[in-house]
Amino acid sequence: MSTEARADFFPSADWEGGTLPYRVGHRKLGMWLFIVSDSLTFSALLMGYSYLRASNVWPTPFPFYPSIVFASVMTFCLLSSSLTMVFGVSASSKGDKAKARKWILATIFFGTAFIVLHLIEWSHLIEQGMRPFYLPEHWVTAFTTTNGVPPSPLFGATFFTITGLHMFHVATGVIYLLVVTARIKKLKHEDVEISGLYWHFVDLVWMFVFPLIYIMSVDMHGHLAGVAH
Amino acid sequence: MNAHAEEHFAGSNKLFISIWVWLVVLTLIEIFLAYKTMSTGIMLTILLGLSIIKAALIMAYFMHLKFERLSLILTLVPMLVVCICLLMVFFPDSMRSAGLRYQFKQPPPVAPAPVEE
Repeated sequence: MSTEARADFFPSADWEGGTLPYRVGHRKLGMWLFIVSDSLTFSALLMGYSYLRASNVWPTPFPFYPSIVFASVMTFCLLSSSLTMVFGVSASSKGDKAKARKWILATIFFGTAFIVLHLIEWSHLIEQGMRPFYLPEHWVTAFTTTNGVPPSPLFGATFFTITGLHMFHVATGVIYLLVVTARIKKLKHEDVEISGLYWHFVDLVWMFVFPLIYIMSVDMHGHLAGVAH
Repeated sequence: MNAHAEEHFAGSNKLFISIWVWLVVLTLIEIFLAYKTMSTGIMLTILLGLSIIKAALIMAYFMHLKFERLSLILTLVPMLVVCICLLMVFFPDSMRSAGLRYQFKQPPPVAPAPVEE
């Protein structure tokens, strides 16, 4: 049977041209593919962190205040920014561009709050003496094991790389959303929806960074409390 | 299918608020767990389980994947999951190198007790 004759047996709707196999535009598909590849970047970094953590003595230095309180408020900011972004996209789908702009501006506010809080949190750690390849001396004293194995100085490297790359994504997202709000009248609904996809992805990554970096590194036995700063 | 149907954004604001509430509650559970004494393995399993649930909620509702065509979901998700699982191939080496670490200031070996005949 010739190929042309067999073609009748296939459901033809998707292959006639003009329709889209995934029912999404090429831009949105492109953003989804970017998100998948970027998820793998973060997965690789988090796996690298887990590798180092499992093969070394790892410090767990984060106190309830400021670290965990800040990280929790930051999580709340990102989750809320995702909600306002959904409202923005929803308003945009109904053709209400002015309302969409307001919600996206709220998203930008929460995103900026996240960055500011994160930088304050970073400065707390840097003040204590944490560097990409060094630990503060009182951390080394506190977390050295009973048979004298010191904690890995790569704690700082993994922390600053992973949270730094995530913060870079948030900053990029804020700039992206600023461009979207500025040009919202000219943009199609799908373009607004695509910016939403990116923003939710940034939120999604934090849902893994927060427990793995912060929650797993809580100083719950008060190791640092007993050491003079 | 027409252009109008494509523009429609499914899901009510009430639904999105309830998803947000779930996400906040799961985060609070994570913070609560941080101060519970349990083995690292169990803690990690619970935290990752909660994170995967949160990620799934965000992808399904906020990123709208639940309302997309199944073909798009099947193109994106299984490939990602397989690739991430393949990264775990390094963990046996990680566990091995933990055992190879030089033991600083190790207590001197104790001489075996003399065998009495």
